[in-house]
Amino acid sequence: MSAQPKTFPQTSPAIEIRGLCTQFGEVVIHRNINLDIEAGQMLGLVGGSGSGKTTLLREIVGLLAPSQGTVKLFGQPVLDPDPQRRRALRRRFGMLFQQGALFSALSVHDNIAFPLRELRTLDESMITDLVLLKLGMVELEARHARLMPAELSGGMIKRVALARALSLEPELLVLDEPTAGLDPDRSENFVKLLKMLQKELGFTVVMVTHDPETLAGLATRLAVLADQRLVACGTAAEVFAVDHPFIRNFFSSRRAAAAIRQGAS
Amino acid sequence: MTVATIEIVERAGTQQVQLAGDWTLATMPPPVSRLELRLRDLVAGNPGWDLRSISRLDSAAAIVLWRAWGRQWPAALAVSPQHRLLFERVETIAADGAPAPARESLAWILALGRLTLSGASHLLAMIGLLGQLILDVGYLCAQPRDIPWREFSANLYKSGAQALPVTALIGFLIGIVLSYLSALQLKTFGADVFIVNLLGISIVRELGPVLVAVLVAGRSGSAMTAQIGVMRVTEEIDALATMGVSRSQRLVLPKVLALAVAMPLLVIWCSAAGIIGGMVSANLQMNLSYGFFIDTLPRVVPVANVWIGVGKGLVFGVLIALIACHFGLRVKPNTESLSSLTTTSVVTSITVAIIVDAVFAILTRNLGIP
Ligand SMILES: Nc1ncnc2c1ncn2[C@@H]1O[C@H](COP(=O)(O)OP(=O)(O)OP(=O)(O)O)[C@@H](O)[C@H]1O
Ligand SMILES: [Mg+2]
Repeated sequence: MSAQPKTFPQTSPAIEIRGLCTQFGEVVIHRNINLDIEAGQMLGLVGGSGSGKTTLLREIVGLLAPSQGTVKLFGQPVLDPDPQRRRALRRRFGMLFQQGALFSALSVHDNIAFPLRELRTLDESMITDLVLLKLGMVELEARHARLMPAELSGGMIKRVALARALSLEPELLVLDEPTAGLDPDRSENFVKLLKMLQKELGFTVVMVTHDPETLAGLATRLAVLADQRLVACGTAAEVFAVDHPFIRNFFSSRRAAAAIRQGAS
Repeated sequence: MTVATIEIVERAGTQQVQLAGDWTLATMPPPVSRLELRLRDLVAGNPGWDLRSISRLDSAAAIVLWRAWGRQWPAALAVSPQHRLLFERVETIAADGAPAPARESLAWILALGRLTLSGASHLLAMIGLLGQLILDVGYLCAQPRDIPWREFSANLYKSGAQALPVTALIGFLIGIVLSYLSALQLKTFGADVFIVNLLGISIVRELGPVLVAVLVAGRSGSAMTAQIGVMRVTEEIDALATMGVSRSQRLVLPKVLALAVAMPLLVIWCSAAGIIGGMVSANLQMNLSYGFFIDTLPRVVPVANVWIGVGKGLVFGVLIALIACHFGLRVKPNTESLSSLTTTSVVTSITVAIIVDAVFAILTRNLGIP
């Protein structure tokens, strides 16, 4: 036996989206989106502002019911009618919200401990150890644990939110603009950290980001959302080959293209 | 997903603990503390540890093992390099965790002192707010262009016009109940006609203002605290400040003025509904004619009572708005503080209104009694 199998032994893809359409009143956001993400992949979702990336993530994690189509995680529908199964499924992924969404009435420590306490199988000293470990993972110090969310800087909020998303050792991590608001150094460390954790724990990542360095450093596959559709999906080279105005624009800046080519190679 | 397993083998005279399967938060058998104890029992025999058959190890499981080992590396450990990294990270966390805040003895004396100090600071801040409002009124008299008419009328509509149905309903019902209960008593003395005096004085002078104060404190006071509080949470007040907009002029003053105007009117409205309720009930129960009731009312209830009621309404209105805004501005940017201060705001305004009502009763004891 070896210590190598680093992905979850899953037969079905981690995420399976079929014929998804979204509509807010008259406004159509998504039209017939199909997407498969294999376990262990890191997918970078790009698209213009307001193209419905956050909305798609919310549908993936089951916060929003699509107008049409289905979303399955690990082969099970996210919006399972059985509350027991739905709850079990929700323990298997972690989400990092665009604005952090920390519980403002709880300290940093309690924010990270919250999902662990919900499990009801861990004792307090174990939880404290886990919280401190997660804080260390996102480069925060033990003394930050007592701060309240209102006392954190924007970047610290992101890191605490990531620590909270990681606290249940998720198999799937959904990140909405994880590096927006971080300085380049931190953002680079964040990429390294996530890459290392992914290698150790083998989770699947879906992330929305506008930052070419993050995309290049992390994403093994890209998906491009434009004109309400998924105009391209695949490896960086495959996406570059698609002729679409948004793709041309987005990757036209030399920095972006260079960074992603370098990442892809 | 496979479960976490522990196997003990004897090899060359030494004990070997072989761990296999998935060691993760989801696969460790709950409760985790029992697993930790079991591992700790094994540590006592000082065995060698073989972790190479573990297929997945997450940080929660690594912490369980690390704690079982007594937060140190075991003498003999075989582990894959990747998992070793995980343990190295676990090694860096502080053994004692975050320091708990020390518990004070004589905590209740401290709590009492804090309560007194915070009460005093609230009082001071409220006086400061009132002073600021007076300055604002002076400024606006000099610069009538800056008067926030839109906010004023919006507040007047929300806390005045929209409160009309509920105040009328409550006033009417209280009038009916009061009249019914009094009639039962008065009948036994054959003093039926005094129902007019009783209802008139009690509703116009006392019940109307106090009922409206309680209703408005619950309706508008809480809404004002919550609105200003959420604006604090979302930094909207800071955004206003950077645009050079005075929060006391734009947020506090319109609310105070709106309630100062709306409350006396609501008091008259509610008292009228109460009197009508009483009149209807008296008519049904004692056959007191409407004409007699309306005719007698002005004779037995001196008009001073109406002025006392309206004056109380004005004072209550200003106090409720002031208290609501004060607590709203004190909200800290978190949901807990928002909810507790909204509660405090409503409780404080109702209490203050009733205290002030008592003061009014003493000061006006010689007025308006026929
Ligand atoms: N609850 C809602 N009701 C109506 N429209 C909505 C709602 N939520 C989002 N939208 C609309 O859907 C569109 C997509 O929003 P979304 O937040 O998904 O954008 P995004 O791709 O994440 O943009 P950004 O990069 O700026 O975060 C926007 O035009 C927005 O106005
Ligand atoms: Mg978004």
